Amino acid sequence: MIEMHDVWKTYADGTVALQAVNVVIDRNEFVYVVGPSGAGKSTFMKLIYREEVPTKGQLSVNGFNIGKLKQRKIPYVRRNIGVIFQDYRLLPKLSAFENIAFAMEVIESPRRLIKRRTMEVLDLVGLKHKAASLPAQLSGGEQQRVAIARAIVNNPAVIVADEPTGNLDPETSSGIMKLLEEINFRGTTIVMATHNKEIVNSLRKRVLAIENGLIVRDQQRGEYGYEV
Amino acid sequence: MRSSTVIRHVREGGKNVARNGWMSFASMSSIAISLFILGVFMLLALNVNKLANQLESQVQIRVYMQVGADQAKIQEVERSIKRIPEVKVVKFVSKEEGLNQLRKSMGEEGKAALDGYTNENNPLPDAFEIEVFEPQKISFVAKKVNAINELDSSKPIMSVKYGQGTVEKLFTITNAVRNIGLFIVAGLAIMAMFLISTTIKMTIIARRREISIMKMVGATNGFIRWPFFIEGALIGIGGSAITVAILLYSYSKLITTAKYDIGLFTIELATMKDVGWILTGSILVIGVLLGIWGSTVSVRKYLKV
Repeated sequence: MIEMHDVWKTYADGTVALQAVNVVIDRNEFVYVVGPSGAGKSTFMKLIYREEVPTKGQLSVNGFNIGKLKQRKIPYVRRNIGVIFQDYRLLPKLSAFENIAFAMEVIESPRRLIKRRTMEVLDLVGLKHKAASLPAQLSGGEQQRVAIARAIVNNPAVIVADEPTGNLDPETSSGIMKLLEEINFRGTTIVMATHNKEIVNSLRKRVLAIENGLIVRDQQRGEYGYEV
Repeated sequence: MRSSTVIRHVREGGKNVARNGWMSFASMSSIAISLFILGVFMLLALNVNKLANQLESQVQIRVYMQVGADQAKIQEVERSIKRIPEVKVVKFVSKEEGLNQLRKSMGEEGKAALDGYTNENNPLPDAFEIEVFEPQKISFVAKKVNAINELDSSKPIMSVKYGQGTVEKLFTITNAVRNIGLFIVAGLAIMAMFLISTTIKMTIIARRREISIMKMVGATNGFIRWPFFIEGALIGIGGSAITVAILLYSYSKLITTAKYDIGLFTIELATMKDVGWILTGSILVIGVLLGIWGSTVSVRKYLKV
């Protein structure tokens, strides 16, 4: 699903964000990416959804060679990757329903299907009754649920979540995690960067620890922590 | 593109205008204001042009025949003049008519001077008044008439007059006025372009986030651009429609008041028929193009994510 072979990323200002990363993430895996701020977690995530390009090395997602991808093809690769952010990134002037439907309009799905599928995912995240609400009328947890619904509405093979619980209280966070686990259970690969020790330690999954751009630990059913 | 996608783009473009209410209003106003100034100058330029045309069309050539030229010769000269392709109208003015015209134009003062002249001892020559299609070619035509005289051994024409010197000066002035008008209008159009593009750029910077989210969920650049394109066109139509409505209404008012209040002046304003279509057409086209151009150029900047 996601394969990195000797992947390096150096930014224009000379910062080396990732060095010699070798990782293979299989279909249907659930992977935590942990590490201190500035360690390269975000770069790792951005490479997967082609916000950044590796400076060196081989990176393929879903069979696409990300490094050699033509500009024109990028949108089509992203359609197979759902992205979730700490700050939700919903369009403020669209309702919950419209925010989710938007991701389907973009790939030119038929209108009738859009309506049915959008209601389906709204139901899945437990917000059917808030379909017409604007993001400002929703709580943080609810906004993140809408963002998750948007990420999964097109049935992507991978979900990339960059600190999805970063702005949420523990109780809301565990609700979000249940939802992600459910999505993973249905067959979607999930890569999630997090600082949340409780979550990593209670919901045991594979852990990738990144420090100074290096993967210092890759452990199945691992614990939180990045000191070697 | 699927037809449902086309409908979606148009719908989204329209909705965006409403959703970004104040920003749309700002862009529309900036288009309206710039185009209004442009429109006022266009009206001015159109009127100056009309005035220049009027002055120019009053220019004519007078051909004076030799005193005592016979009827056959006069007709022969008339035929030759009519054969010049640039000539529009040739009007024969007999010496009797000439005397009457002179009496009329000199009025009371001339009465004494012209007293005693009758049709029998009329000192004036027979003449032709020539109008040409293009006033600017008047000296060229006058030369051709002179050439007719040169070719005829009896030299039937006494003189050819068209206000030499004065006419050339008039043309220099009317040409200068036209060029200045064109220059000002072009300058204002460029100024309007900058003003409008800045406003639209602001509205789009405010929506950078929106564009980045669209890209994140896998929208193609074309898909992102279309609603902005339509939005720009709608804003352009809105802004220029307001301008055209205000301009045409005030101009129609101006024409009617000008007729009654300052009707003493011989200057005649261009009619609604003269200016209506050209004003409406050019302002609408410029407005729409500005709107589209402004939004697509600004979007392009944020598409390279």
